[in-house]
Amino acid sequence: MLGGGNAGLCAALSARAHGASVVVVEGAPRVFRGGNSRHTRNLRSMHDAPTDLLTDAYTEDEYVSDLVRVTEGRTDQELARLVVRGSAECPAWMRRFGIRLQPPLRGTLHLGRTNVHFLGGGKALMNSYYAAAERQGIRILYDAKVVGLDLADGRFRSASVAANGSVEAIAARSVVLAAGGFESNLDWLREIWGPAADNFIIRGTPYNTGVVLRLMLDAGARPVGDPTQFHCVAVDARAPKFDGGIVTRLDSVSLGIVVNAQGDRFHDEGEDFWPKRYAIWGRLVAQQPGQIAYSIVDAKAIGHFMPSMFPPKAAHSIPELARMLDLAPDALARTVDQFNRAVLPGSFDHSSLDDCRTEGLTPNKTHWARPLDTPPFWGYPLRPGITFTYLGLKVDARARVVMTNGEPAANIFAAGEIMAGNILGQGYVAGVGMTIGTVFGRIAGDQAGRHAVA
Amino acid sequence: MPSPDTIRRGQHVMAVCNACRYCEGYCPVFPAMEKRLIFAKDDLAYLANLCHNCGECLYACQFAPPHEFGINVPRTLAEIRLASYEDYCWPRGMAAAFRHQAVKSAALTALGLSAVLLALTVVAGVDVWPAQPAGDFYQVVPHGVMVALFGLAGGFATVAVAIGCRRASKSFRASGSSSTVDRPTRDWQGLRDALTLRHLHGSGPDCTNSEEQRSPWRRWCHHLTMYGFGLCFASTSVAALYHVVFGWRAPYGYGSLPVVLGALGGVGLLAGPLGLFALRRRRDPALSDPSQAGLDESFIFMLLMTSATGLLLLAFRNQSAMALLLIVHLGFVLGLFVTMPYGKFVHGLYRTAALLKYGSEARQ
Repeated sequence: MLGGGNAGLCAALSARAHGASVVVVEGAPRVFRGGNSRHTRNLRSMHDAPTDLLTDAYTEDEYVSDLVRVTEGRTDQELARLVVRGSAECPAWMRRFGIRLQPPLRGTLHLGRTNVHFLGGGKALMNSYYAAAERQGIRILYDAKVVGLDLADGRFRSASVAANGSVEAIAARSVVLAAGGFESNLDWLREIWGPAADNFIIRGTPYNTGVVLRLMLDAGARPVGDPTQFHCVAVDARAPKFDGGIVTRLDSVSLGIVVNAQGDRFHDEGEDFWPKRYAIWGRLVAQQPGQIAYSIVDAKAIGHFMPSMFPPKAAHSIPELARMLDLAPDALARTVDQFNRAVLPGSFDHSSLDDCRTEGLTPNKTHWARPLDTPPFWGYPLRPGITFTYLGLKVDARARVVMTNGEPAANIFAAGEIMAGNILGQGYVAGVGMTIGTVFGRIAGDQAGRHAVA
Repeated sequence: MPSPDTIRRGQHVMAVCNACRYCEGYCPVFPAMEKRLIFAKDDLAYLANLCHNCGECLYACQFAPPHEFGINVPRTLAEIRLASYEDYCWPRGMAAAFRHQAVKSAALTALGLSAVLLALTVVAGVDVWPAQPAGDFYQVVPHGVMVALFGLAGGFATVAVAIGCRRASKSFRASGSSSTVDRPTRDWQGLRDALTLRHLHGSGPDCTNSEEQRSPWRRWCHHLTMYGFGLCFASTSVAALYHVVFGWRAPYGYGSLPVVLGALGGVGLLAGPLGLFALRRRRDPALSDPSQAGLDESFIFMLLMTSATGLLLLAFRNQSAMALLLIVHLGFVLGLFVTMPYGKFVHGLYRTAALLKYGSEARQ
């Protein structure tokens, strides 16, 4: 198993169930093991009737149509349906390995029908999987980097793995590629986005460097997904370059205005609800000069959005706030003034697309527009925060990697973020990444295990 | 007072936790935190005393050290908890005692008290190696002296602990936002949770020792200790009642209520602390504040010695060693009383006060 996140461990446990001897090659040291799975917290699961964790029903058809909708059709429907069907038995399967599940968290009540939550989040989940793997005699190599793959005629022979200062070739009858995307490979990002990439923040693990993905593409695997695209949200600009996770995201956007480095508004802050709003603002900020923007709210918004870990810049006047944010005071004051004068009367309701809007601005704010007139004024700097990349390896329904000649490789399987692009050509819906990783991890591990002991 | 540094660390941890909330399912600390946006001293003290140090949230944390955010909730809250003990302490001058508790100093206190008792006994002309003791403790230390000694020590401990509890409750009441106005508790959920140690388990069936290693023993040892202590206390109370109300004088027979209660409690108070000692050794050091080892261990030690000397006394009450055993036992009981308001004992009361507040908050 190349990769020790959710998909890699699900594959390892599934392969081991066939009696195969399994090695997990994890790029991170033990304390940071688990890839981006350590930052997750739930898994989207279909069910035809209420369960001990999920309310009502979330049917196969509804789940599939959600995937078609968020990807705007850029999904392999056969594989999408496979994932959706497999998701039904995920909770029971996970619990076999000591995973503890819970109903939704207070901040995620809207997911109570669709998503099972991991007690303690993704790191607790990974701890349970690793403990189960150790109990079952699965060998785990930490801090081990794949530096080469030996393939012949579309068959895997061995992987060269650098660990403890030396490179070792690990031969295997079959391999599961579960090494994630390339979002933490800054050089690769720069190839696509130029110098702007230097201002991107990587929300997850610094170990998803895409080495396995590139080695496979170079070896003739068929790509899937847009190589230039990634899932990107607005995060606090003070977040660390890597691994800031959930605590750096900001949801104050819809309650105020967002300006760029020149102090100008550039997009309708009241366009849509979370999570759609959540997913577009990263890209919007990435398109601004210097890849920076500032969310500005007044006292009316305080307490009505999830706090970020960073304190806001707080001031009693807009020019003072501008100085704290290194913005031109005149420019910001002018923008706020224009905005305030353009706000039409309405009745504010943050839970619906209300009638509070502006008139005569470019761009207008179409919902939740209230004048910024009550100190203290709060400001948060925003940057694009990358969650994952969409480029991946084409697979078939048995998780076999498809080569450029259209033939599936006999003993090379893929699971998790490295093949999620088959199902998620674009967009995202909460918890589906973990579903893809779990379902395809199980399929890939099952196939690889059978192949190894055959 | 928690140092500004401790408060800052607590605020940093709470800022990260409040933006994450993945641990919400483990225990009351996180739901209580979510009701707050600002974390002043009283808020931190309340959350710190709600924490049972189960440890689950450290292993679940993607921001735990060596991550640059360095989030270790159990240890940070332990530090704040200790500072809150000092804050609520009466008299204030004794606050420093919390940081100086150690097995050695506790043993010296108890043995010192025993030595004083022994000297007084000898001066009073009592035979400290009686040939026929017949279980009559008052032959060695007269009833009036015992009542005076323990009335004084017990009374002092009660007053000091009560003032501490009042200060703690006042501090916890000061914590909260407009959305968490305290109302008088109408149900006993908080008390029930305290008595069952419900939150020692991170909402699972077992207590955490280290990552992915859980067993029920910490809870059972704590129950043995706490209820053993309760039975010993009940034994003494019943004996006092026998003496004062009914005029039945000790020694009481092996089948009598005071002896049965005391013996059962003593066994619990022997097995419980021994188990807690053993579990401490095996527990992941990352979960606790290393500077509090003395505070924890001295309390466990005093409880253990109180029961050990008490059971020995019961076993040998008809032998010549009785007088000396009695003096040593009384030394440990006195020592336990005087160190109680400045030791780990207070954690149970402050935890209960915090759980009661949580119960009233949770209903809103």
